[in-house]
Amino acid sequence: MGDHHHGPAKGITRWLFTTNHKDIGTMYLWFSFAMFILGGAFAMIIRAELFQPGMQLVEPAFFNQMTTLHGLVMVFGAIMPSFVGLANWMIPLMIGAPDMALPRMNNWSFWILPPTFLMLASTLFMEGGAPAFGWTFYAPLSTTYAPPSVTLFIFSVHVLGLSSIMGSINIIATVMNMRAPGMTYMKMPLFVWTWLITAFLLVAVMPVLAGAVTMMLMDIHFGTSFFSAAGGGDPVLFQHIFWFFGHPEVYIIILPAFGVVSQIIPAFSRKPLFGYDSMVYATAAIAFLSFIVWAHHMYTVGMPVAGELFFMYATMLIAVPTGVKVFNWISTMWRGSLTFETPMLFSIGFLILFTIGGFTGLMLSIAPADFQYHDSYFVVAHFHYVMVAGAVFSMTAAIYYWLPKWCGRMYNEAMGKTHFWISFVGFNLAFFPQHFVGLAGMPRRIPDYALQFADFNMMSSIGAFIYGASQILFLYNVIATIVSGKPTSDEKVWDGAEGLEWTVATPAPYHTFETPPRIDPAHAHS
Amino acid sequence: MIRISENANVDTVIKLVTVAIGMFAFVFVVMVPLYDVLCDALGINGKTSGEAYSSVQAGVDDSREITIQFVATNNEGMPWDFGPSVTVMKVNPGAVNDTVFHARNPLPEAMVAQAIPSVSPARAAEYFHKTECFCFNQQPLDGESSAEMPLQFIVDMDLPRDIRTITLSYTIFDVTEMAGGVAVR
Ligand code: HEM
Ligand SMILES: [Cu+2]
Repeated sequence: MGDHHHGPAKGITRWLFTTNHKDIGTMYLWFSFAMFILGGAFAMIIRAELFQPGMQLVEPAFFNQMTTLHGLVMVFGAIMPSFVGLANWMIPLMIGAPDMALPRMNNWSFWILPPTFLMLASTLFMEGGAPAFGWTFYAPLSTTYAPPSVTLFIFSVHVLGLSSIMGSINIIATVMNMRAPGMTYMKMPLFVWTWLITAFLLVAVMPVLAGAVTMMLMDIHFGTSFFSAAGGGDPVLFQHIFWFFGHPEVYIIILPAFGVVSQIIPAFSRKPLFGYDSMVYATAAIAFLSFIVWAHHMYTVGMPVAGELFFMYATMLIAVPTGVKVFNWISTMWRGSLTFETPMLFSIGFLILFTIGGFTGLMLSIAPADFQYHDSYFVVAHFHYVMVAGAVFSMTAAIYYWLPKWCGRMYNEAMGKTHFWISFVGFNLAFFPQHFVGLAGMPRRIPDYALQFADFNMMSSIGAFIYGASQILFLYNVIATIVSGKPTSDEKVWDGAEGLEWTVATPAPYHTFETPPRIDPAHAHS
Repeated sequence: MIRISENANVDTVIKLVTVAIGMFAFVFVVMVPLYDVLCDALGINGKTSGEAYSSVQAGVDDSREITIQFVATNNEGMPWDFGPSVTVMKVNPGAVNDTVFHARNPLPEAMVAQAIPSVSPARAAEYFHKTECFCFNQQPLDGESSAEMPLQFIVDMDLPRDIRTITLSYTIFDVTEMAGGVAVR
């Protein structure tokens, strides 16, 4: 295999044609960061408009395009690809494989993304504007009343789905077929486990999303009536199909984040993860339950009482495996030799804030109470606690944790800690008050609001600007590390870190594990 | 060096692609029909049957009277005058009742309309039988003309006793463009 032993090709073709899991992981990570900035810019416009009551900066129609694109770009452009990037980088290193199982497909699943988002963003300049029907694109808003750009939107969703499915197939094939000898399933690091389960979820529900947009396409252009009552269809059917995808989707977002903190917390507690087996089973249980709770997003559409009750109890049941995880992380820290480097700070931030988000989720799961909370800012606060303080904080922790391994240089710890504290304060200032305005009756997705919400909204906007600005510090820190960080060649960058990725040289060579590592059968999971 | 067999990967890919295609098909061949079947069978969403009721009730229950309210709504942009001739009726379960809705097309050109029924409380939908309804078919109307549209219905003898009022609502849609195309209820 002569051609396997040279380094990367030179120039742009290295990136265009690469099949190397580390290169592809890097591209995913940079791309998702770019999308994070773009989606963040949309959020800044939203918060600037909401800084004061009254119409300030933008037209209501444009405001709606901003909320829609913000959600779509953050979910499909920032969070999901960032975790795929992390999977590409880390899964082969963690299971002792030389690369992903299907390297060429890997290249494709990345490269179809940038043009798709370019296309989606370009709809802003189209006649009629970008999609303005919310990231949940309920029919008939997204069919009968949609702007012409909806067709491009549908096409983008198809391509994104395809990319996710290809990425997931690759991850499943890698984990199932490429583990080093002796790396049994119950020895895999938890990040690999959570991604394996996530990938199965993706293969199961991305086609459902594709089905939903296909029906929209047919309703709009080919005269069918899936979602149109006039022709015998039903708009509520759209919501069922969307949330049958949508609820598993939120677990697709959070499970890899669970995996990340399950790697980081033990490292900085200098103790093995508490309750490894129960973590694996809890993850599987959450994945299973995620298929039978979707209608908790639809309590107010007029379901029969039996339906409301079923979905209410099923939703509450999810709190059990989720609680198991939270207790396991806390028990891991219990009596550990804790230190608080930046990755650990972000992980602890995750732990606290995600738990708050879980509790508001439980409040929302109470069907009769949800009639008050539904479509209010309370829901906005809930899902930002689980998606930003959950998924994004854990992703940030992951970057700080593995960056020294990737580039052989240490980031600036003081700057990292500053980034954490500014993020933590900014995030809470932005989203905690939204609980209050939501309970007091402020609806989501509106460009103007009643006067009594003014103070809390101004706080929210200031917090959002602070959180947004702190990401510039993050970007600066990462670039400074890559360019001129203090070199390190310790294989184990963190003294408490466990796992195969810490046995290869630092920085991680272009090719690793071309001969499989030896795994001590007595040694437990990492 | 290559340590895994290519076959194992091909095998995994084939299985997973099958799952993905299967789930895509699942949406169309299971979820959509199942939703309609469930809604019809359970009367969820207040959907009533799209076909004429043909069985005969065992008798007439004179012991109670059910109030039937009729509501008519025009979907956005639908110019017809459309409404019930009487807005409230008192009926006995088991009895056959007749009423008419009137419709007028004020525009000069011919149009086709489709009325979509919904029953509230939704629980009552499965006990509300229509033996004849203008909503079973699309309704064409020449320009500037009117029509009386008949409705004949039976309230089931088994209607739960706690239900005393049933509201039957029709929303009328302009389907001139899609007329003759898709099957409607
Ligand atoms: C204990 C766990 C959780 C429970 C019980 C829960 C419950 C709920 C409920 C009932 C709603 C619907 C509220 C409404 O629209 O009235 C909701 C909305 C939402 N949840 Fe959660 N949730 C949980 C965890 C999560 C996680 C982990 C995520 C994602 C990482 C998430 C993301 C969302 C999103 C995005 C929405 C809003 C969707 C929208 O309408 O735009 N949730 N949650
Ligand atoms: Cu949900």
